[in-house]
Amino acid sequence: MSGFLGRLRAGLARSTQKLTAGIGAALTRRKLDDAALAELEDALISADLGPAVAADVVANLRRTRFGRDVTEPEIRAALADIITPILAPVAKPLEPEPANRPHVVLMVGVNGTGKTTTIGKLAQLWRAEGKTVLMAAADTFRAAAVEQLQVWGQRTGCEVVAGAAGADPAGLAYAALERARNENADLLLIDTAGRLHNKTALMEELAKIVRVIRKLDPEAPHDIVLVLDATTGQNAIAQVEIFRAMVNVTGLIVTKLDGSARGGIVVALAKKFGLPVHAVGVGEQADDLRPFDPAAFAADLVDAPEHREA
Amino acid sequence: MFEALSGKLTQVFDRLRGRGALREADVDEAMREIRLALLDADVALPVVRDFITKVRAEAVGQQVIAAVSPGQMVVKIVHDALVDALGGPEVVPLDLNAPAPIPILMVGLQGSGKTTTTGKLGLRLRTRARRKVLLASLDTQRPAAQLQLQQLAERAEVASLPIVAGETPLQIARRAMETARREVYDVVLLDTAGRLSIDDALMNEVAAIREETKPVETLLVVDAMTGQDAVNTARAFNERVGVTGIVMTRMDGDARGGAALSMRAVTGAPIKLIGLGEKLEALEEFNPGRVAGRILDMGDVVGLVERAAEVVEQEEAEKLAKKIARGKFDLEDYAKQLQQITKMGSVQSLISMLPGAGKLAQQIENANIDKTMLKRQAAIISSMTPAERRNPDMLKASRKRRIAAGSGTTAQDVNRLLKQFDDMSTMMKRMNKLGQKGLARAGLGALLSGRRF
Ligand SMILES: Nc1nc2c(ncn2[C@@H]2O[C@H](COP(=O)(O)OP(=O)(O)OP(=O)(O)O)[C@@H](O)[C@H]2O)c(=O)[nH]1
Ligand SMILES: Nc1nc2c(ncn2[C@@H]2O[C@H](COP(=O)(O)OP(=O)(O)O)[C@@H](O)[C@H]2O)c(=O)[nH]1
Ligand SMILES: [Mg+2]
Ligand SMILES: [Mg+2]
Repeated sequence: MSGFLGRLRAGLARSTQKLTAGIGAALTRRKLDDAALAELEDALISADLGPAVAADVVANLRRTRFGRDVTEPEIRAALADIITPILAPVAKPLEPEPANRPHVVLMVGVNGTGKTTTIGKLAQLWRAEGKTVLMAAADTFRAAAVEQLQVWGQRTGCEVVAGAAGADPAGLAYAALERARNENADLLLIDTAGRLHNKTALMEELAKIVRVIRKLDPEAPHDIVLVLDATTGQNAIAQVEIFRAMVNVTGLIVTKLDGSARGGIVVALAKKFGLPVHAVGVGEQADDLRPFDPAAFAADLVDAPEHREA
Repeated sequence: MFEALSGKLTQVFDRLRGRGALREADVDEAMREIRLALLDADVALPVVRDFITKVRAEAVGQQVIAAVSPGQMVVKIVHDALVDALGGPEVVPLDLNAPAPIPILMVGLQGSGKTTTTGKLGLRLRTRARRKVLLASLDTQRPAAQLQLQQLAERAEVASLPIVAGETPLQIARRAMETARREVYDVVLLDTAGRLSIDDALMNEVAAIREETKPVETLLVVDAMTGQDAVNTARAFNERVGVTGIVMTRMDGDARGGAALSMRAVTGAPIKLIGLGEKLEALEEFNPGRVAGRILDMGDVVGLVERAAEVVEQEEAEKLAKKIARGKFDLEDYAKQLQQITKMGSVQSLISMLPGAGKLAQQIENANIDKTMLKRQAAIISSMTPAERRNPDMLKASRKRRIAAGSGTTAQDVNRLLKQFDDMSTMMKRMNKLGQKGLARAGLGALLSGRRF
């Protein structure tokens, strides 16, 4: 895991420069007064926490430190200390249950968030643990979606169940589960087409996939993971709300945290829904998946100094 | 949400009963609400700040027109400024005034919709602009990305550059331009791999591609759901490759789309097109008025009707909007709507004063509503029994004769009304398919004019 922090941090360091400058300029040896707090609030808003959550966090800071003379690192650490406990309860890795074999994971989300790539990354992770993983190409809609997953299958040494373009995704998922059972696979990872949550017919299609899978195994899918793009703003709240209502999402994976987006919406989501955050994506390669570390995430959001080693 | 904003602004201005000019303190309070609304819509903070400063200066001291409340007045000022900031009412088309082959470079973050948009553009340029188009994928990064573009090109019935394994993006770009020159293509669409604005190696690569191909248009493709990071992305891409236009994708979602304002503000480049779905046809010209309404979240029927005039009873409007949403719309509702249209027609000048409603007034005018016809139709409906109004299908010849006699019209008039109602229901069903947001986007004007969209 040595490469991970370095790489993650290189990215995050760049992305935090601006925020750093903001907080730095605002707070070097300065009294934490209304103006300073307002600037902090702005910095949090710029990280996509949303105006309401940013105001909450700053209100918290005001209660404990208002009027004190504070240094820049102090105030960052204090902010991280306020945010970490919001995130801590939702940090839960994906843990396939051997008794479920095959443990079924359904990947869902709006278009282009990283569902297919994340399946590749998860497959890589579990293959390395010696598990047998089967992938199901239930995105039968998007051009070359099947071929994309097949490449991930080759890269990670997994079989991919695929059907004809335009085939019924629920039927394909069903067939894949049958095969996974016959072959006694440890895991079945089902890729689905990206869909916007406000499209009722497409959401219904997703619900149908779940219903059909349950005919074979009433407990499956054991995980329904909503993949969120870290660049997403306040709309992520609507995404979680509706995907959860339609298919009972069990957890989140946040992708593209290697970019300049800070993913502050995760704080708002943790507050509002308390859904587990299983992992974060930090690149396009198979090994670019990381556990979700609340303290590190919070520290990175506000660029706090004591970046804990994993 | 807009109702919330509107309500808040009304509260802010409630004590300002004396009308007259907008006072500084009141405007400041209103601007706090506007600021929150913009942030909730994902407009980037620095952009919000600049915008508020500008609007504030504009609003202070303005005379409130008698017919509207100060809150409405402020919303109108904000809305107009927003339209302005989004590029004004003028549509900026793609620049195709260059010697062929015209290179168009598509850039953006991973998963923003570049490849799909490239396919859409191919289709559009082939069918609307009647150009001979070549699509080329320079995406050697994402698995099966080149195949994805090839398949889209087939669907759009345009050519795509044959895939050669092992070439670098720069080599593909060169080959695309050579092929286009040799085979006399009008336009070459260069789809690139998604890249992070902080990824120096990949940003250098796309800069080199730009140097090599000298694109006439460099389109930054951005997801409408993008949050605060929009400014960073826009700035970085603009600095490195010089963005000439922006495409906002996934406008068929329910994101408020504040990123449009951020992108535009940072790059100064016009938003040229929007993506409204996954199908290749789902590409449209950008409409600042609609997007401004959306950012302020005023694009709903209820809001529009409410604002259209205090003349229209709000409860009725809400009920109507709900019924439309549920696909339950009967002659009873039609009659109510006729009344409202009549009322609104009479307050046309007032409507044009209201935010976002300039076009509505225009549409009312264009629709050329015949008031005697409206009255006649209202009379016909009032001669029906409640059961008939709820279920027009039961109207057979004998009932029609009775109704015609009762309303002093002819059976033909009754038929015409039923036909019109039928058309309207069909249209509403179609709008329902688009969802409430679709309805909102189309606006009340569509209902009034019966225009297809
Ligand atoms: N930088 C970065 N890029 C990522 C990450 N995860 C995915 N991507 C890229 O984002 C793009 C979209 O990823 P996909 O896995 O195809 O996303 P998807 O959700 O399956 O997309 P659709 O099926 O088209 O809805 C690809 O270019 C990926 O390489 C990440 O963590 N970091
Ligand atoms: N709903 C919707 N989906 C879109 C739109 N544009 C692209 N997509 C989808 O977004 C996903 C990623 O698009 P793609 O073109 O592959 O993005 P790229 O990685 O930037 O090339 C695909 O699932 C597309 O179908 C749009 O305007 N609306
Ligand atoms: Mg996919
Ligand atoms: Mg692409």
